[in-house]
Amino acid sequence: MKATLAIQRGVPGEVPRVDNFEVAFEPGQSVLDGLRALRCEADPSLAFRFSCINANACKECMMLIDGKVDYACTVRLKEGVTVLGPLPKKALVRDLVTEIAPPDERLLPRR
Amino acid sequence: MTAQANQSAAPAHIETDVLVIGAGGAGMYAALEAAKAGASVVLADRSLIGRGGATVMAQMTVAAALAEQTPDHWEHHLADTLAAGRGLCDERLAALLCEDGPHRLREMDGWKVGWAREDGHIKQAQAPGHDRPRCAYVDFLSTGPAVSRTLRAQLNLSSGIRRIGELVIVDIALHEGAACGATALHLPSGEAVTLAAKAVVIATGGLTGLYRRNSASSNMGGDGYALALRVGAELIDMEFVQFFPIGHLAPRLVGMDPIMWDPFRYKLGGKLLNAEMREFEQDYATPDTRSDGRYVLTRDLATYAITREVEAGRGSPAGGAYLSFQHLPEAEIRSAFGPVVDRLAANGIDLTKRPVEVAPIAHYHMGGVRVDDTLRTAVPGLYACGEAVGGANGANRLSGNAITEALVFGASAGRNAARHAQRNSARWSAPAADPALNLLRSAVRRDAPNPAAVIRDLKALMADQVGPFRTEAKLQSALAAIARMKSEIGEVPFSSTAAFDPVLVDWLDLRNMLLVAQSVAMPALARTESRGAHQREDHPGLDESWCINQIVALSGDSALELRRAAPSSGRAAA
Repeated sequence: MKATLAIQRGVPGEVPRVDNFEVAFEPGQSVLDGLRALRCEADPSLAFRFSCINANACKECMMLIDGKVDYACTVRLKEGVTVLGPLPKKALVRDLVTEIAPPDERLLPRR
Repeated sequence: MTAQANQSAAPAHIETDVLVIGAGGAGMYAALEAAKAGASVVLADRSLIGRGGATVMAQMTVAAALAEQTPDHWEHHLADTLAAGRGLCDERLAALLCEDGPHRLREMDGWKVGWAREDGHIKQAQAPGHDRPRCAYVDFLSTGPAVSRTLRAQLNLSSGIRRIGELVIVDIALHEGAACGATALHLPSGEAVTLAAKAVVIATGGLTGLYRRNSASSNMGGDGYALALRVGAELIDMEFVQFFPIGHLAPRLVGMDPIMWDPFRYKLGGKLLNAEMREFEQDYATPDTRSDGRYVLTRDLATYAITREVEAGRGSPAGGAYLSFQHLPEAEIRSAFGPVVDRLAANGIDLTKRPVEVAPIAHYHMGGVRVDDTLRTAVPGLYACGEAVGGANGANRLSGNAITEALVFGASAGRNAARHAQRNSARWSAPAADPALNLLRSAVRRDAPNPAAVIRDLKALMADQVGPFRTEAKLQSALAAIARMKSEIGEVPFSSTAAFDPVLVDWLDLRNMLLVAQSVAMPALARTESRGAHQREDHPGLDESWCINQIVALSGDSALELRRAAPSSGRAAA
C-alpha cells in the first residue's frame, strides 16, 4: 500500500512550503515509521523529533496530523493523503520540529 | 550553513563543576548525588531531559535484596549475579550493585516512586536467575516511567543542577591528559557550545540502537563508548549484547514497548509455542539451567531456543515464536493486564482469541566503559555510570539488575565526580575544544551517501552478522563492511542547514556508531567460545581458558586495539 505524506517544511521567517512524499507501507505501520523511511529513501534533511520510536513513552513526536494534535508513533499510515505540520501553538524550529522543551531546560532563553 | 555561523562568533561557553552526559536514570541520579555533595552540575542530554534513554522505557522489575517479601541478603543477590555473568563479572562492581541496591530502592521509596505493595510490604517478584523473590516493580508496566518521573521531581527540588536538553556532545575535552569538559552541538540553533567541567560523567546508556530490532530509544547508539575511546578510556566485554527473547514481533504494535510481555508471561504463565503449537523450551533446558519452576530458561538460552526453532522451520509466520495466553479465562487476563488490555485491543490484539508472535530483540549491553570501584575511567576526571559501564554483569545480565545498576552507579559516580571536582582546580583551556570545534566547522552541505540510510544498513548488518549467533565468516564480513561504511562517510561531516540539522546529527552518530560497531565485532571475532550472550556457532560450548575479559582501546594512530585481562575480584565498599 502507498501513503502520501504532505509535509510542511521550512524555518521561521520563511514562507512554509509543502512537500509531498509517497511512501510504501504495511497495514499497521505508524506515521513515524513512514517519516523514518522517508529520511532513508527520499530526503535525509527532513526534520522531526522522536526518541522512543514505538513505546509512546517520550512524547517527543507530537505534531499536527490531518489538522489534529497527535503522536506520529501511534497514528497509523493510511492510503491517500495525510497532512503533517508542526504544532501550531509552539515556536517553529524547522519542518515538523517545534520548541517543546520546558524553558528552564533550554540552553538559550525563550526566543 | 553551520560552518559560517560558527566562524563569525565565539561559541557559547558554560562552566560547571560536574558535567553529566545523559539524563536517563543513571545520569539523573548522578546529578542529584553530585549536587548533594556540593558541586554545581550541568545535566546534558541530546534528547529532551528525562524523555530519552532506556530508563523511561523500562517496564519490568528492579532487583535488590530488600528482604521485604522473603528473608534475603545482598550476598545472595551477588551470588546470582555472578552465576549469571558466567565467570566474567567484575566482582567489585557486582558487589557494589548488590550491596547498595537496597539503599537506593529505599531512597526511591521515600521519594514516593510507588513500588507495588502487598500486606504492608514492598512486593518482590521472582524472576529468572534469582534464587528467591527479589524484584520490586510499579504496576502496570510502569516501573521505568515511575523511576524517571520520581528522579525528575527530585531534580526540580534540588538546587545547583542546570538541565540542558537538545545538546549533542561531540567530544570530551582533555587538558594535560585529564577530562576538562566537552564540546557540543546545540540542536535547535545548530551552534557549537563549549562546556568546562572539573569532572565529566558518561551516562549515555548502551548500544542496542546499533541493531535493527531493539527496545531502545533512538539515542542509544553507543555514543558514550566512542566519546570514552577517543579520549583514551578503555572498554570491556563489548562482545556481550543481551537479546531479550520475547520482544513483540507481530501483529504491528504501536504505542507500547516491544518488551512488554515478560511480566505477564511471568504472572500468568504465558506459553511459548512453535509453529506446531507445541511448547519447546524444555527441549533446550540443560541441567545447569537456573529455573524458578515457571520460567524454564534464562534469557540467553531462551533466545537460543527461539532462534533454533525458527531455523528448523518451526517458527511463526513473522519469524519468531507464538506467545499464548489462550489457556487462561478472560477474567484472569483482564485482572493481570489491567488497562493494558485496552491498549492491546486498540492494536487489534485479543489474547483470549489468538497468540501474539515474539522474537529476540536487542535489549541491553553488558559491556561498556571500563571503570574502577569508584566508577572512574582510566582518564583522570572522567567517570561513567549506568548501562554505559561494563563489567558488573559479565557475560549475561540478571533480570532486574539494569535499573538497580543505573541508580547505584549513578549515585556513586556523581558523588565521586563531585569529590574529584572539589579536589581539583579548573583546568579548562580553550584549545582543548579546538579539535571538535574544527570538526563542526568543517561540515559541508552534502547528503550522499544518505547518512540515514547508512545507519539503517549498519543496523541490519549488526543484526544479521553480529547478532546473538556468530561465526568467524559473519564477523569478518561485518568488520569489512564497517570499514567500507567508514570510508564512505569519510572524516568531513555532512550537513544540510543550521537549525535542527538531522543530516549533521546522523553523520556525527555514524562517526560514533561505526567505531562502536567495530568495538563489538572485534572482540566477538577473537572470542573463540560460546559464553552467555556471546554464542559462536563455530565454537559451541564454554572454554575455561576464555574465562577472561577483553579490553578495547584506541591506539595512538587511531586503530582499535584488543587485549586480555583476568576478571577483577575482591569487594568494593558500598
